[in-house]
Amino acid sequence: MAKKLDKVEAVTVGVGWAGGIIAAELAKAGVKVVGLERGNDRSTEDFQMVHDEYRYAIRYELMQDLSKETITFRNKPGEKALPMRQFGAFLIGTGVGGAGAHWNGDTWFFSPYDFEIKTMTDKKYGKNKLPKEYTLQDWGITYKELAPYYHQFERMAGTSGELNPLRPERTEKYPTPPMKDTPILKSYMDAANRLGLHPFRQPSANISEVYKNPDGETLNQCQYCGFCEKFGCEYGAKSSPNVTVVPTALKTGNFDLRTHANVTGIIHDGNKATGVRYVDTQTGEEFDQPADIVVLTSYTLNNTRLLLQSELGRPYDPKTGTGVIGKNYCYQITAVATGFFKDRFNAAMGAGALGTTLDDYNNDNFDHSDLDFIHGGSITMKQLGKRPINENGAPSGTPRWGKEFKKESIKWFNRSIPVTSQGASMPHKNNYLSLDPTYKDAYGNPLLRMTYDFTEQDHALYDYITARCADILEEMGAEVVEPKELTDHFDIVPAQNDHITGGVIMGADPETSALNNYLQMWDVDNVFVIGASAFAHNGGYNPTGTVGALAYRAAEGILKYRKNKGQLVKRETSNKLV
Amino acid sequence: MLEIIRVRKLWKGEQIVDEDSKKSNMSRRKFIRNSSYAAGGLIGGGIIGSLIGTNYFNDTEQPSTRSSKESNFNRALMFFTRQSDFQILSAATERIYPKDDQGPGAIELGVPYFIDHELAGAYGHNEREYMKGPFLEGTEYQGYQTPLKRHAVFMTGIRALESESKSAYDASFVDLEGEQQDKILKKFENDDVKLHKVSSAYFFEMLRSATISGTYADPLYGGNADMDAWKMKNFPGSQMTYLNKIGSEKFIDIKPKSLNDHIS
Repeated sequence: MAKKLDKVEAVTVGVGWAGGIIAAELAKAGVKVVGLERGNDRSTEDFQMVHDEYRYAIRYELMQDLSKETITFRNKPGEKALPMRQFGAFLIGTGVGGAGAHWNGDTWFFSPYDFEIKTMTDKKYGKNKLPKEYTLQDWGITYKELAPYYHQFERMAGTSGELNPLRPERTEKYPTPPMKDTPILKSYMDAANRLGLHPFRQPSANISEVYKNPDGETLNQCQYCGFCEKFGCEYGAKSSPNVTVVPTALKTGNFDLRTHANVTGIIHDGNKATGVRYVDTQTGEEFDQPADIVVLTSYTLNNTRLLLQSELGRPYDPKTGTGVIGKNYCYQITAVATGFFKDRFNAAMGAGALGTTLDDYNNDNFDHSDLDFIHGGSITMKQLGKRPINENGAPSGTPRWGKEFKKESIKWFNRSIPVTSQGASMPHKNNYLSLDPTYKDAYGNPLLRMTYDFTEQDHALYDYITARCADILEEMGAEVVEPKELTDHFDIVPAQNDHITGGVIMGADPETSALNNYLQMWDVDNVFVIGASAFAHNGGYNPTGTVGALAYRAAEGILKYRKNKGQLVKRETSNKLV
Repeated sequence: MLEIIRVRKLWKGEQIVDEDSKKSNMSRRKFIRNSSYAAGGLIGGGIIGSLIGTNYFNDTEQPSTRSSKESNFNRALMFFTRQSDFQILSAATERIYPKDDQGPGAIELGVPYFIDHELAGAYGHNEREYMKGPFLEGTEYQGYQTPLKRHAVFMTGIRALESESKSAYDASFVDLEGEQQDKILKKFENDDVKLHKVSSAYFFEMLRSATISGTYADPLYGGNADMDAWKMKNFPGSQMTYLNKIGSEKFIDIKPKSLNDHIS
């Protein structure tokens, strides 16, 4: 029997960016919050041995323990889904800070086009630009409404960057100046300028100078040590929940952080949640934590799974198109071309978000009238800091092992660099999340089943954007330029992109969305679901900035709900599905 | 206590060079003392028995130039029980990452020991991977599904390398010419060998990736001896900062550092 604990006002499931922001904002306002985190606690001190590629980037020290839970995967409905037995295509974080501890630090804000994509696409290209199988919809909020929360997130995170010439709607400067320039990035910028494009230094959470945020937390200056992605920062120079919102929340005395607490269900009485059940992962003991407000702040996949498992909200059915939980699962289309150069550059030096980007082929910044896709992607060259186990690239035709492999992979290590795109991903009716009928997690609950494949839109976007990545490398004077091909179908094995979105999406209409624009569930007033799970599609940038903005917006919503109860947003129900 | 302090010191990178001869003598004395002790009780079998006839006793008056090797107590077997299996593994890793005029290959770097140690632990036992059944064959996009843990895949694969070698060349894998070994490895890579409950291509991929991991991982894991693999690749290892170097127009060749440098 689960032990029943004393009731609290709010409980968060997961303590990453979303959970940390909610904890900080609620705790500062005097609300008692319990943060339940299945992983362990972490601070800067835990990263003293972090320059270890094998431990962190190969064996995935900071990622979810898949022996306890994973997902099952299939390309299309009708196939038998099988477990993702080890990490491949994408990674899932765990522990205090979540993905915010191991992220690269790309801090973007989605475009005005993203939030009103259905309306704007229909208006410009007509109603049939994409076939009806694509479940494209607006987000129920505009860029203008969300902008203040973006800035709030950036001020907390100390984001470094400069203004994007193709995003004139933003005039507010970044809290800190852009990161250092490097010869290879300068060469990229010069080449892009010669091509008539609009490059700029990308926004970064690897902070360019010492910064004190409005909550009084200090971020240090990035040292360009080259260990960001999949690693924590030993300097506290990468904005993460661990050095910002979590300590802010703890300082108030109102935040009770409980680690090794794996939530297995939301307890509810009809359409009202009464708390959550969790297992202590070290002892196996079960607890019921009653709460007035339940806030799901775990990763995209687990937010969706907890709702399905707890039978909260209406599960999506791809056959009828009805229901919402699990709907509009999207990925990110990672177009990439690699340039091999004659001269060596200092490839090991770098930082996760040290890069130069251009938006000329992103959003609706270029005319899609004669193209068979919508949207696009930011195109970036990043000097991440190359590491030797993962980086053995050589021009194609080079053997994968043996004498030639050794010679060529050594030769090109300091001479090659990719240009990559965070390509937008549009929802399709057959790409969705549901519960698996066969496979179970360590606690006997069903795994989440992912049904996902690349669409024609994805292939067209990928090919077009990859060619643009290659154009810039050619202009830079690379000896060899190699665009990478997209696999015919989505493959769960090769590493691709960790930006997975959807499943519990926001919108204006309760028939087609799970959440209102405060990320409050339409069907359950006292449950808020925060994360990239709320994205109605995935845009052409890394998602964290938008997750952060939505979390600040949700925090405001939760405080409003605390006073007024009920739904915070008026329903705009369409007639068709009632 | 004294003994422990001295050994610890020997593991500390640059000090070893200065104390080379001292260390050599010490570790040699220690080795003989330990082996006499063992020999008193167990001569004729086990480790000592198998050492007779090897070159372990032939280096009395030859101080090694590669200082860390002689005292490298890490180079013993944690997972493999038969040295013959380990030698087949060693030969295979050397073909994947061979010694050449740029520098050492997998064997000299200690990669086979890295793999042996990894197979004995969490990696070999798939401790952080989903290993619940049913194990069904999926599409080529669903990821490989085998009930065998990595240590079992390696054992199956290594024994199969040997049996393929015997049937093709009537000789042990370790005694083949390099090109013959490559031919056998390619058969595995191309999935042309039938194994029980796992594909030979899957074993080969695992062998390849483990070899590369051992080659380039921090030397704390037992491979990448003396950071030689990093030196070949001009990778500086674990540096605390590049703040004042990252803007440089020129390539800067930096002497690598390992995590051992960060232990206070």
